[in-house]
Amino acid sequence: MKFPQIDLNTLKNEGTETVSIKERRNFLKLGLAITGVYAGGKILSLSSTYGSAHASVGLDFVEKYPYNPHYSMVIRQSLCIDCEKCVDACKKTNHVPDYGYRTRILTRKYQGQLDKKVEFIPVLCNHCNDAPCVRACPTKATYKDQVTGIVRMESKKCIGCKTCMLACPYDARYFSAERHAVDKCDFCWEERLSKGETETGCSSACPTGARTFGNLTDPTNIVFKLVHQLEETVWVLRPEDGTKPNIFYMKGNMLSVDNILKGQKFQYSDPAKS
Amino acid sequence: MTRSMVDISRRWGFHGIDALKNASPGYLMLMGSFALLAVAGAAVGLHGMIVGYHHVYGVSREISWGILISAYVFCVVTSTGLCIISSIGHVFGGEAFMPIAKRAVFMSIIFMLGGFCIIFFDIENPFRMAIYNVISPNLSSNMWWMGTLYGAYLVFMVIEYYFLLEQNHSLSRLMGFFGLVVGIAAHSNLGAVFGMLHGRPFWYGPYLPIYFIFSAAMSGGCAIMFVTTLAWKINPEIMNQRMERAMKAICQVTIFLISTIIFFTIWKIVTGIVSHEKTIVIMSLVTGDYAVNFWLFEIFLGMLLPLFLLIRSRGNNFNMIMWATGLMMIGIFFMRYDIVIPGQMVSVYHGLGVEEALDILKYTPSFHEIMAALLGLSVICFAFFAGEKMLNGHQLEKHEIVPEGGYICPGCGAIHFLAEGETEEEATKRHHKIW
Repeated sequence: MKFPQIDLNTLKNEGTETVSIKERRNFLKLGLAITGVYAGGKILSLSSTYGSAHASVGLDFVEKYPYNPHYSMVIRQSLCIDCEKCVDACKKTNHVPDYGYRTRILTRKYQGQLDKKVEFIPVLCNHCNDAPCVRACPTKATYKDQVTGIVRMESKKCIGCKTCMLACPYDARYFSAERHAVDKCDFCWEERLSKGETETGCSSACPTGARTFGNLTDPTNIVFKLVHQLEETVWVLRPEDGTKPNIFYMKGNMLSVDNILKGQKFQYSDPAKS
Repeated sequence: MTRSMVDISRRWGFHGIDALKNASPGYLMLMGSFALLAVAGAAVGLHGMIVGYHHVYGVSREISWGILISAYVFCVVTSTGLCIISSIGHVFGGEAFMPIAKRAVFMSIIFMLGGFCIIFFDIENPFRMAIYNVISPNLSSNMWWMGTLYGAYLVFMVIEYYFLLEQNHSLSRLMGFFGLVVGIAAHSNLGAVFGMLHGRPFWYGPYLPIYFIFSAAMSGGCAIMFVTTLAWKINPEIMNQRMERAMKAICQVTIFLISTIIFFTIWKIVTGIVSHEKTIVIMSLVTGDYAVNFWLFEIFLGMLLPLFLLIRSRGNNFNMIMWATGLMMIGIFFMRYDIVIPGQMVSVYHGLGVEEALDILKYTPSFHEIMAALLGLSVICFAFFAGEKMLNGHQLEKHEIVPEGGYICPGCGAIHFLAEGETEEEATKRHHKIW
């Protein structure tokens, strides 16, 4: 097969004046799109922003979060040691009966891995932006809080049909006989946040910082910083359900995360030297 | 008052309480045992309500819909099916189907009420439902639509039944039409209650709303044949040439509908085995815990045996039809159970590969749940047996009870009343005019 021989040294410069504005714009757009996909793509499919705002495109994404404060939790999975202090704190704070739970820690076991044999995954209500439970409830007993985005319960309206329990793709709900209604995590709104606290019971009880609670619309907030970084993958559970969850997961044990939290930029370190 | 009651019962061809007095002791004992069972079911259900369902019911956080929802689905599916099958006759004018209309509409109402009895003991706060369904409706919720439309459906069916008794065929036809439309909307919404749950791949998708409608029609055909042949055992006089023709027609339609459901079931299995989470459910139906439910009850009793027997019966061997459809009713109950329970037995975290969600979830109905389900079913049985006697086998054709000024309509087989100076032909036209 023959290729056309082009001698770049003798090639005549056509000049930029022949390139139309439209063509230039398309070229720039292409570049932006590629950069955008690589830079923002990681959060693209995961973050619960409406529209297509991403960290790479400028700061307008802050306004794109539908709630303010937009409460969210980042779970740094590798830091979880399954001490269950969060579960106990939740039970105590929210008077959760023994037969139920609002949050729990799941265990995933591995074989043949060099570094770890087990991984702990804390789960709780994902406070989805498109919450299936809110759609399924016949009486609006469960609803999305207009201000904070917390999925809350108005217990007196709950008829106990349990559709929400089955609609929830995160198994975050149970029927509480004491409340005569379905009960679920409300980010401790009733017991803590509405009384002026800034942390949920579980995140403040966590000794390792595996659970970090905060406001996604505040660029100085830890949750914001953890979600809007590129070094470490951030994911959500069951993204295929399209529920736009607000609980983000990451491994969270890398140096880069500490750097971000300390306000530093990414630094290279040579593993051979350390 | 008593006088007018007597007039109405004469006009409607009822025998009233007197018919029960004349019933045989065996018949009364049968009715009594169903009444006792219903009372026992209600008592056990109330006990559960007082001590708290989570102490006595087998449902859990993950499997939150158990045998009560299955039984409810069974009842409302049959109710909708009776409405669909009977509408072929008295709404769309399929003449062969006309004689079954009254019994079908009556049983449709009864099945609906039985379903409501069951759901009363499943819903944790049924009294709140009456209030907040009205003052705080969520229009995007299938559950809300299902409840509301079924409420409207029941109202339409009751009005329709009244007009059927009153021989007002144009209004009963109109109400039957509304009842059919609302019933199908309600029933497909019931399918969508399951079909629109993201986290449940076995249910998710448009399959269930469509399947439910066809399955309802099949259940309706089965139920009307079963109750008619049972009624024929009770009182052979209800069978006449027109009814025999109706049975034959329904038998044919039901054979077709069973084949449709077999087709649906085959594709449910085949498509299921290429998706991992569905495969777990399908395999538990085919070879696992639910294999007996699936093969013996759902497939054999619910589809293959009745298909064979109904074809063999040629639509005129009523004993065979009674056995085929009676066993099929049991099979259909398991069909509903096999939709409701297996749909929940894969944990939403199964795909995450965590230890807690590796195994499929188990559910066993508790004594309280079974009794509460039996409450609804025995209410239906009791009402059926009472109805057969008190409502005179849902027939108006017996000559001795044709009242003064009435005649048997050659079109619909029911009794029409002549107005002043009217011929029978004119009266028939008047009764069957469409607004």
